[in-house]
Amino acid sequence: MTRRQILKSRLLWAAPLALITMVGLGAAAKMRSPLPENLDLSLTRYSDAGVYETRLDTDMNPVSIGAMHVFTVTLKTRDGRPVEKAALTIDGGMPQHGHGLPTTPRVTADLGGGRYRVEGIKFNMPGWWTVTVHATSGAGSDETTFNLKL
Amino acid sequence: MKRSGIPYAAAGIIALVVLAGFSYKGGIFVNQNWSEEQKSLIASLSLDALPALPADPSNRVADDPRAAELGKALFNDRRLSANGKVACATCHLPDRQFQDGTPLGHGVGQTNRRTMPISGTAHAPFLFWDGRKDSQWAQALGPLESAVEHGSDRTALARQVAVHYRRDYERLFGPLPELTSLPDHASPEGNSAAKSAWPNMTEGEREAVNRVFANIGKAIAAFERTIKPRETRFDRYARSLQAGTAPNNGLSETEIAGLAIFIGKGNCINCHNGPLLTDNHFHNTGVPTVEGLPKDTGRALGALQVKNDPFNCRGRYSDAAPPDCTELNFMVSEGDELLRAYKPPSLRNVALRPPYMHAGQFRSLDEVVRHYNKAPPAPAGHSELEPLNLNDREVQALQAFLATLSEED
Repeated sequence: MTRRQILKSRLLWAAPLALITMVGLGAAAKMRSPLPENLDLSLTRYSDAGVYETRLDTDMNPVSIGAMHVFTVTLKTRDGRPVEKAALTIDGGMPQHGHGLPTTPRVTADLGGGRYRVEGIKFNMPGWWTVTVHATSGAGSDETTFNLKL
Repeated sequence: MKRSGIPYAAAGIIALVVLAGFSYKGGIFVNQNWSEEQKSLIASLSLDALPALPADPSNRVADDPRAAELGKALFNDRRLSANGKVACATCHLPDRQFQDGTPLGHGVGQTNRRTMPISGTAHAPFLFWDGRKDSQWAQALGPLESAVEHGSDRTALARQVAVHYRRDYERLFGPLPELTSLPDHASPEGNSAAKSAWPNMTEGEREAVNRVFANIGKAIAAFERTIKPRETRFDRYARSLQAGTAPNNGLSETEIAGLAIFIGKGNCINCHNGPLLTDNHFHNTGVPTVEGLPKDTGRALGALQVKNDPFNCRGRYSDAAPPDCTELNFMVSEGDELLRAYKPPSLRNVALRPPYMHAGQFRSLDEVVRHYNKAPPAPAGHSELEPLNLNDREVQALQAFLATLSEED
């Protein structure tokens, strides 16, 4: 083999080796579960089927790990009318870990004007959390999922 | 001369890394230029981040120094046991972080679980490995009438208080009830003789004895609230890092590498977070069963027990208004996630107290870290762990970091 051929052959297997290593590093990075890019952290969102505009007001900013939180949910129709006397359930979890909230939050007061107090929300780890508000009223049943970064 | 292609491969990797803008910060030779996110995580673990002692609305004497004094005496009193040989301090040794260094506790008999340390538990919403109690005072009651710990019972305990602590008790809690007509040994828990005597007492007598029993726990809890974590080498490092002064002061390169793994690829911080390095929740981490011990479902049973405990925050012996009992009111009480889930203990002083896990399954931190690295399937339920692929040096670095969480005398 000429010197040039040797160099070529080495480069031929060096490139896949480098790629394999890169894939390995990529897998390690994936295991550490970085937050997805462009995560929408807005706390006013439309519900999945567009029935509601839902707002989440947190009791502290930033939301802290380990504290028992009281949030306020404000529910409106798409044309901005408050949704009174809706039945709400709340759940959530960590999509990257496959587990739910460490608590079972629920509505503890209908504050009127489409506002509802939700107690018992806790986050016990840093990372990406979701909180989903399931709402049922005369306007229909729909759910809104919020992203939180702790 | 035959020459290897490895240098070319290495060059290729470097080129690709540079092209991809990839920077690998979790490596063993970690640089000390922590990112803002890492700095914030490190600060969150520091003792400086520990909030003030939370109020215990369920215990009105929690912060009364007289109660703490009485509680300390009760904590150390062997007369509160069936054989006169067992005190709280028998397993919760004050000079060993209030634990005993053995896989299972040894009172009158042998328990099925590892003795837990006490420091900082005033911050814990749920006590015991399975969280079957929701306050320090309710927790203190369990061992007193456990047949294998103190082995005592409620009327015997009330009598001991009447004989040895009447004055101190009554100035805190008011007059003791009349005890002379009651059976020597009676309790709804514990040994069979005590259990059979308990229903023969009137409801009023049972209620009065229960109240003395609860107050014993409240005094012990007032003492336990005074047992607080102290500053460690890690805390001093974290403080200097926040202050921007000599960030490497006090921790070796290996310890810093371990810290990077702890808050990064080791995923330790998922459950061991906050200044006490516990999330106070319950996790199945695939810890093996122990031959000879009864079936242990962890939080699955503990959740039911705390909900139905007459001494919980919502019970009649609690001083709290039920809406104050937020942890109990909003707890998760069922679901697959609870099966063989156990509370992550605080990692403060962890290197000083082998063996590890809820029944002392692992003899050393090395075994613990290798378990988490391997992530074997759980004997029941589903383990939350994923294999970490840490190499030997990383495993050792992580252990070196854990030793920086030890208090120094």
